[in-house]
Amino acid sequence: MAGVWVFAEAKDGKFRRVILEMLGEARKFADHLGEELWAVLVGSNVAELSSLLGEHGADKVLVMDNPNLAAYTTDVYAGVTLGLINTYQPTAVLFANSNMGRDLAPILAQKLDTGLITDLTGITYGPEILFKRPIYAGKALVELSFAANARPMLLTIRPKVFTPAEPQTGRQAEVITASADLNALTLRQVIKDVIRKASTRVDLTEADIVISGGRGMKNPENFKILEEVADILGAAVGASRAAVDEGWREPQYQVGQTGKVVSPQLYIAVGISGAIQHLAGMNSSKCIVAINKDPEAEIFKVADYGIVGDLFQVIPILKQELQQALASA
Amino acid sequence: MRIVVCMKQTFDTEAKIALTADGLIDSTGVTLVVDPYSEFAVEKGIQFKEKFGGEVVIVCIGDTQAETAIRQCMAMGADRAVIVTDPAMDGSDQSATARVLAKAVISQEPDIILGGFKSVDSGSAQVMLRLAEILNLPHVNVVTNIEIGEGKAIATRELDDGVELVEVSLPAIFTAQQGLAEPRYPSVKGIMQAKKKELKRLTLADLDIDPTSVGPANAKVKIHGLTLPAPRKGGRIIGGEIPEATADLVKALRDEAKVI
Repeated sequence: MAGVWVFAEAKDGKFRRVILEMLGEARKFADHLGEELWAVLVGSNVAELSSLLGEHGADKVLVMDNPNLAAYTTDVYAGVTLGLINTYQPTAVLFANSNMGRDLAPILAQKLDTGLITDLTGITYGPEILFKRPIYAGKALVELSFAANARPMLLTIRPKVFTPAEPQTGRQAEVITASADLNALTLRQVIKDVIRKASTRVDLTEADIVISGGRGMKNPENFKILEEVADILGAAVGASRAAVDEGWREPQYQVGQTGKVVSPQLYIAVGISGAIQHLAGMNSSKCIVAINKDPEAEIFKVADYGIVGDLFQVIPILKQELQQALASA
Repeated sequence: MRIVVCMKQTFDTEAKIALTADGLIDSTGVTLVVDPYSEFAVEKGIQFKEKFGGEVVIVCIGDTQAETAIRQCMAMGADRAVIVTDPAMDGSDQSATARVLAKAVISQEPDIILGGFKSVDSGSAQVMLRLAEILNLPHVNVVTNIEIGEGKAIATRELDDGVELVEVSLPAIFTAQQGLAEPRYPSVKGIMQAKKKELKRLTLADLDIDPTSVGPANAKVKIHGLTLPAPRKGGRIIGGEIPEATADLVKALRDEAKVI
């Protein structure tokens, strides 16, 4: 048996967009190999999502639906997924480069004694398939291939890089229902509590628009004006290392070589000088806007549009202009 | 309590990356540092030692240059170190690296193993978890806090939309995310003491590992080539008074760049 698998991580009955992006690319991958595209659904109350996966290109959907799979823990998910891989012998398995994928894929790679390429950003299909990923947070790129004996090929896929699959209404996948004896698994990780972010703001790495503040923000309270702009745009709010080091923002919002790498459609850098380590984290954004009072700031060298001026003057006007522009759109 | 911290030496994040004529990463003139994620782990390890007693042992795979990074960790407060240096390791993939690391780590009989969840260079974020699997130890990945209890620990693991508290029994492996601990600056006294601390140099043979089982020939993932991304061209500064410039910016974003 064979096939290219997409591990279709679902949360609250929904897929993040990266899953559809994975299906889009995995379809090409499977067609290149002349193999089927399978989606793997592991979780609780996930079976009903099968039809969506069929519509987005999956030939088969392998469903493992069990109330005890509601929350991700390494040992349970790795045990269950290993069982599925051993039974059906896929050629490749794609995971999202999410916190789940980042945890699950390396463990499976080691259990299967195979290779893993993480944070994938490109595939070149030829006699030998080449996989591209950033290194040094995107300051350089490396092309890799799997050794002949490294099967299945395991990959984690960076969000917002690949084109999502277009839905084909009425297209159906064959559904295979699998089950596992979870009692046979050793569970070493026990979840004591889960604290969800109160904010409904879009995730930094999945956002189409990111607005980030740096040292020029001067204090944590001033980030409120960026949040107001973000609310209008449906954007995520990031920060430079300088702002995080000052304690103005939580480390999880740091954009840079340490921190998150983002590639939104629009990145607005506010009061950020443009240190190399910050640029590495946002350089692949489609459009970059810089607002900084220092005309010599490095950030202007990578920005598509720049305004040299006091951010505390610019941002309130920007907010108004955006409100008007989006209201008339 | 014996705390083992896996440490990697990397380029300073302010370094520009260039390629050599052979298409490899050019390290000429680059400042080498303790990888920032390793450094969070080292700091947390030292904090545990200060609170619970015991020792912090640094384990590193690297060449003789990496000894500078080890001395830096010792200056912060690590007690001793083991470095595995072997030319056969050049070009090894994560699988081989984890296998070698496993032998070196387990020889120290750790209660807690710490390391970065990723490094800022290759950033593949898999060696520590492969290590956990090889050693058959529980792990918690991408953590921003660890509370030690009697024979167990509760770690705060980052999720895409929040955090969760995960309990594991010790010994266990924890991979550091930014926020786990703020690395201290070494004191002058620390720097002086670091020079005298024990640094054990091992080869693969010392760890009973066949040098022909690692290296590029055994890599599960092969490197084909490196490239640099196309440099961004600076765009235009929108001039004029702030209100007009800001209005022009919004127009450009909507009509020209079409991103809003």
